Amino acid sequence: MGVTPMTASEVAKKVVRKEPLFILDVRNEDAFADWKIEGENVEYLNIPYFDLLDGVEEILESLPTDRDVLVVCAKEGSSIMVAEMLAEEGRSAHYLAGGMKAWSEHLEPVKIGDLKDGGELYQFVRLGKGCLSYMVVSNGEAAIIDATRMTDVFINFAKTLGVKITNVLDTHLHADHISGGRKIAEAVGGAYWLPPKDAEEVIFAYEALEDGRTLKVGDTTIAIQALYSPGHTIGSTSFIVDEAYLLSGDILFIDSIGRPDLAGLAEDWVGDLRQTLYSRYRNLAEELIVLPAHFMIMEEVNDDGSVSEKLGTLLVENHGLNIEDEAEFRQLVTGDLPPQPNAYQEIREVNMGKLNPDEETQREMEIGPNRCAVR
Amino acid sequence: MIQTDVVLDAKGLACPMPIVKTRKIMKELYAGQVLEVQATDKGSTADLKAWAASVGHQYLGTIEENEELKHYIRKSDDKEVAEKSYPHVVSNEALEVILDENPEALVLDVREAAEYAFGHIPGAQSLPLGDFDEAVKQLTKETDIYVVCRTGNRSDTVAQKLASLGFASVKNVVPGMSEWNGATEKVH
Repeated sequence: MGVTPMTASEVAKKVVRKEPLFILDVRNEDAFADWKIEGENVEYLNIPYFDLLDGVEEILESLPTDRDVLVVCAKEGSSIMVAEMLAEEGRSAHYLAGGMKAWSEHLEPVKIGDLKDGGELYQFVRLGKGCLSYMVVSNGEAAIIDATRMTDVFINFAKTLGVKITNVLDTHLHADHISGGRKIAEAVGGAYWLPPKDAEEVIFAYEALEDGRTLKVGDTTIAIQALYSPGHTIGSTSFIVDEAYLLSGDILFIDSIGRPDLAGLAEDWVGDLRQTLYSRYRNLAEELIVLPAHFMIMEEVNDDGSVSEKLGTLLVENHGLNIEDEAEFRQLVTGDLPPQPNAYQEIREVNMGKLNPDEETQREMEIGPNRCAVR
Repeated sequence: MIQTDVVLDAKGLACPMPIVKTRKIMKELYAGQVLEVQATDKGSTADLKAWAASVGHQYLGTIEENEELKHYIRKSDDKEVAEKSYPHVVSNEALEVILDENPEALVLDVREAAEYAFGHIPGAQSLPLGDFDEAVKQLTKETDIYVVCRTGNRSDTVAQKLASLGFASVKNVVPGMSEWNGATEKVH
């Protein structure tokens, strides 16, 4: 009976394929309650590692033998210890390599589709945190949208494709995760774009993303058209790529809509949010494929691991787009809001360039689930 | 600097080692003794707290200084279920009123220094049990003294000792700091 690691990438593929998996999560109960690996056919047992130091005999009966058992902890040390104890009892178990830290940082690239001029659009799915980033590729060049702080992944992906990153964009000033946009732009000598209304406090130079502005990727006609769509933040900007894809940032998700309170101005921004969702977006072509910056629940993930849906479908099926009564809408997005993301104020300051924490601290700040939406 | 009975250096160790080592050393301590655990693993705070709660030890608090964590834990004390026998007691609520009216009254906090450091009644004097014989010499026998600990047991012992030494006005505060709702202050 061996103790073998399972990588975050392998776990991601299992989750997307809806394969059965039994997770023995040995973090403390608060950490487990806060966030865990989600999946349709994932079953759990949460016993803190410090309750297992005298032995694992008592939990053996609770562990299945007909499918993979994965021991999970924060960083990996405790899960190796527990997996080894299980092995001594004759039970095989995997441990999650790098723990929840690695799970939180893992990005799974998924191809969304081909563009008209032979370019491609990729989505980077961060399953552990619900973040979605994008790379538009055309004629030897690439643009990245809403990059996470794992900048190597994007830079290496572009290298593998043999393309040069020329533009890096953020749809808004993020509050739930640390943007890698500026770092990538600096590393590759590209331009970093931010909506100016979200960038009033930033302490670095940036290119202003303004409504109606069009960026070219490559020298072909692949265009990124900026569409001012305030509501989640005052500067929030959507992008229409190649006249086919609507990158909606944190304004519209698949099963929910953006929350307007993460910069402390819910009452001021709720009107903007309604106007964006109920008039600006309704004037767009229903054939556009919506590609948001987040997902909240595994049901939003398609069978191929991507997160996307036609705008026309969302206009019918997304509850947040179908609240006729304005007062009721106002209540939904300002009333019973879920808890705010971990350390969201500090994260905003990092994204403004005001704070420069080390990597370990950045990791701690991002721990926990994504909470950018209201349903 | 908070005085403790034992210090464990778990700096540089990753999970699960800080807890594994803490658990081992706690087995060797006497009930009521306080351990300082020095650690650098940030996850150790939540885990120590949860572990202490699950085994019944008393997690006192954590101080963070220059990336270094100092956790304070007191070993659970079986004697705390023992019967109290000193007859003169006041309730927590009564003591609050007394302190409002009589600022001269002396509150003697007989818990360990680390327990005192993470929250005590404003103005209370710290007098851990181990220092009693020396410290008692500094007290005047006419003072109104209110002895407090966490649950009223250690203070019961001290109140008896003080009375037998001829202190005129000694009261045990029950139940003590575990249910104190009045103001507190910290050393740090």
